[in-house]
Amino acid sequence: MAAIYSLYIINKSGGLIFYKDYGSAGRMDTNDSLRVASLWHSMHAISQQLSPIAGCSGVELLEADTFDLHCFQSLTGTKFFVVCEPGTQHMESLLKYIYELYTDFVLKNPFYEMEMPIRCELFDINLAQAVQKERVALLGR
Amino acid sequence: MIGVGKIKQYSNVLERPLSKGKQEVSLSAFAFLFSELVQYNQTQVDNIAELERRLEDAGYAVGARVLELFCHREKGNRRETRLLGILSFVHSTIWKVLFGKVADSLEKGTEHEDEYMISEKELLVNRFISIPKDMGAFNCGAFVAGIVRGVLDNAGFPAVVTAHFVPVEGQQRPRTTILIKFAEEVLAREARLG
Repeated sequence: MAAIYSLYIINKSGGLIFYKDYGSAGRMDTNDSLRVASLWHSMHAISQQLSPIAGCSGVELLEADTFDLHCFQSLTGTKFFVVCEPGTQHMESLLKYIYELYTDFVLKNPFYEMEMPIRCELFDINLAQAVQKERVALLGR
Repeated sequence: MIGVGKIKQYSNVLERPLSKGKQEVSLSAFAFLFSELVQYNQTQVDNIAELERRLEDAGYAVGARVLELFCHREKGNRRETRLLGILSFVHSTIWKVLFGKVADSLEKGTEHEDEYMISEKELLVNRFISIPKDMGAFNCGAFVAGIVRGVLDNAGFPAVVTAHFVPVEGQQRPRTTILIKFAEEVLAREARLG
């Protein structure tokens, strides 16, 4: 069973620049994924304002009955989030690793335009490997 | 402390011996710089062949300097004069200094006498680069091809050097082959030397 449902990367203005679907549960069409991305962007911003703690960096984990949503925001405002099975472990480290892959294979690629959708073969290949590894680790529990 | 007072203090910076120092630079810093080089050149051209040529020219300047430096540093001011000698100098010495490893393979072309190939499974400059589909067979290895051409040309072996992607069976990523086609006079000279 797939533990990770989907992965999103949104740029600092809330535009979806990368979307990947894993597993059959909760499959969405392009419009829906764009909507979820910009919704999350706004909610994340509002949560920062509403938080009683000063200097709050926004929602990191949203737990629902049917899924968990883990979010990681980089210093430049790019947000990475995964939607996964409730109670899935090690998602923070996976997100950090995906951020690493993004800085390597997207930002160092001269043919990538900042803030635009990500279409980099090497990023796709390495991402697939990372998620695969994560799955193997989960199966090994 | 051991050795205190044993280190000779040089009052003048010019008298201090030249140490080889740390020879490596950060891969990230290089990757970003190279990425900017490609992006800058992309704004200056309107077709891919032109971009390839500009990258090659940038590499040529590096090659010319590298040859000078390493003939002095590694070979005691001597330079290879034979074809196979200079090729193995490029394949081993130059590659090791520039990329930290010897090139994966050096082969002679099967179809033509004047062709040689240096192959790399993953060329350092291409480590983080994905070529968009609409750019076809463009390879940023053109920069490395330029370096090789710069070395060969300045050593007296004029050649046409190009970089190509070659698919490998059972591998997701193609390898990069640097194809070296020597000028006629080089082979004629080699034949004379026997």
